[in-house]
Amino acid sequence: MSFSLAHLMNPTGLFALNGGIHPQGRKFLTADAAIEAMPLPSLIRLPLRQHIGAQAEPLVKRGDEVLKGQMIARARGSVSAHVHAPTSGRVIAVGYFAAPHPSGLPVPTVTIRPDGKDRWGPRLPRIHIEDASADEIATRAAEAGIVGMGGAGFPAAVKLHLGRKYDLDTLIINGAECEPYLTCDDRLMREHAEEVVDGAAIMAKALGVQRIIFGIESNKPEAIAAISRFRHALGYTISIKVLPTQYPMGSGNHLVKIITGRETPARALSAELGIVVHNTATAHAMHLAARYGEPSLSRVVTVSGRGVKTPRNLRVLVGTPVTEIIDHCGGLTGTEEQLLLGGPMMGFPIRSLRIPAIKSTSGILALTKAELRKSQAMPCIRCGSCVQACPSGLTPFEMNARIQADNLEGAVEIGLMDCIACGCCTFMCPSNIPLVQGFSYAKGRLAEKQSQEHQREETKRLAAARTAREEAIAAAKREAMAKRKAQMAEKKRREAEAKAAEGAAPGAAPEGAVK
Amino acid sequence: MFEGVTMLTAALSMTALGAGLGAMLGIAARRFHVETPPIVDEIEQLMPGTNCGQCSFPGCRAAAEAVAGGNAPVTLCPPGGRDLALQLAEVTGAGDAIESELAGFEDAAPQVAFIFEDHCTGCTKCFKRCPTDAIVGAAKQVHTVVTDACIGCDACVQVCPTEAIILRGKPRTLANWYWGKPDLSHTATMLGRAT
Repeated sequence: MSFSLAHLMNPTGLFALNGGIHPQGRKFLTADAAIEAMPLPSLIRLPLRQHIGAQAEPLVKRGDEVLKGQMIARARGSVSAHVHAPTSGRVIAVGYFAAPHPSGLPVPTVTIRPDGKDRWGPRLPRIHIEDASADEIATRAAEAGIVGMGGAGFPAAVKLHLGRKYDLDTLIINGAECEPYLTCDDRLMREHAEEVVDGAAIMAKALGVQRIIFGIESNKPEAIAAISRFRHALGYTISIKVLPTQYPMGSGNHLVKIITGRETPARALSAELGIVVHNTATAHAMHLAARYGEPSLSRVVTVSGRGVKTPRNLRVLVGTPVTEIIDHCGGLTGTEEQLLLGGPMMGFPIRSLRIPAIKSTSGILALTKAELRKSQAMPCIRCGSCVQACPSGLTPFEMNARIQADNLEGAVEIGLMDCIACGCCTFMCPSNIPLVQGFSYAKGRLAEKQSQEHQREETKRLAAARTAREEAIAAAKREAMAKRKAQMAEKKRREAEAKAAEGAAPGAAPEGAVK
Repeated sequence: MFEGVTMLTAALSMTALGAGLGAMLGIAARRFHVETPPIVDEIEQLMPGTNCGQCSFPGCRAAAEAVAGGNAPVTLCPPGGRDLALQLAEVTGAGDAIESELAGFEDAAPQVAFIFEDHCTGCTKCFKRCPTDAIVGAAKQVHTVVTDACIGCDACVQVCPTEAIILRGKPRTLANWYWGKPDLSHTATMLGRAT
């Protein structure tokens, strides 16, 4: 790296993140709880859509015996992910069940009753990573059904294929884990550092990049120390950036900004800057898939909050019901006010405890009254706290005013679509205005409007096609009718002629006579 | 020879008749041409174009004419909803007066047809009537509705002999679900700032 004055002024080599907040981390509840494998649950419920994109297509039916690692649903379309059976057992239902989603709506789900033997089916074929091509590795991520495990659940293979389209140079591994309470990535880095680094190197090979940077927040010194013990893998030397502890450091585009100083254009991919960001847990899953042929079957989940008797970090099978996970942690204390899936900032409240934990579930939180605040929204006092807190440089109070007045287009004009829904504005608002909730509503409403518009155009097209078809049928009928009429007339004429000829023949008048 | 002449006469007279009538029609079309105001075309463009008849006019064209002539309110089209009403108000120049009229006009929740399969006899009457081909089925087979293509126009409900079809709210799925608008007069639960 060349010498630069700027570097002298900024010894950490990090760039500033505008806005952001410093919530109480409360990670101490589980930071020292080593990852513990949870025993087999009594039921496994696998929603067919645990990722962003199209729902997978089920390959099993009720009564089928499945083996551990067997694919039970196939990805459909280019953005989708396979689903595998996380243990052996019998499929007892292929139907609908409440989704791990704020709506709690029923979604297509495969339910498996484990047989307790945990028998492996055939694993994915071995690949020799050292001489595997980029495509082979990315395809392996698809075969293993790996999705982004940071929370969004974007299919990893799609991101690993970005090397085909963009000129990439850097892979950033997101170990920021900026959400309060969550420690699953922290524990993974501490306990499986070598595997995480190896997974990152495998991903780097798939992307064809030269640099791997781990971004880890400064509140995880053990994780930083653990990763720095294994800095070399597959010929890559990774570098570690110690990030200030600040929320939302773990947002992909903000991580890119603070590490490289380059800002991702609005609604574009960081790949346009040559950078791809993957989560720590995704790197670990990649390691398991590439080295051992294991599909994405389990993940580490932080079970925390004062409402849980013994907060823990558990390695749970995908599809394990939340109630069994909580029971394994000693159950609820009975003082819990709110149950959340994910982190406290971007997670969502759940309605039923029977819903399953899925590939993108990073935490299960039971928060008590003392950890929450319940408050009546007051009028906006225009203090600007939300503007200062917004990491995307927006004006939340103004957007909220427009949304409350049903002027959604007005909110879009001032950047609603650049909102990452991190919740910093709501957290900071002294008047307790549910700002981010309003933005989520507005985005959903706008998406619905757009789809209605699209539907209207499509139905118009359908109606026009139907009219055209009916007209064509009517025209064809008319034509056929006319043809038949002409034929009939012709027939009649011929018959008449024949009759005339018959009548003429016995009359013995030779034809020549007429002439 | 005689037959040949008859045929020729027939053919000629038919041709002459056709040409004459065609010419007359052509002349009449020009002579009696009615200038449609361009606003009608413009309005028709905005209309859903499915000719569903919920506005009680025979098709979108007729409705467009009625709106242009001031014989129908801009809020006549249920599938178009509030958005269409606003657009129509703009086109027809109803302008600000419409704001007050639209104040109470909320979009009705989108409706779609639903077929009770137990009652369906497979008579094919409904799918022949569906303006958007949203019903699939065959004779003596149970029919079903393609929800995405259904505009909730009620045409199928009208013709079903066994009353097997109803209109109901569009089912919510993860694809079209979204958070409700936060009500500022209620208390909200958020992460505490300090404990």
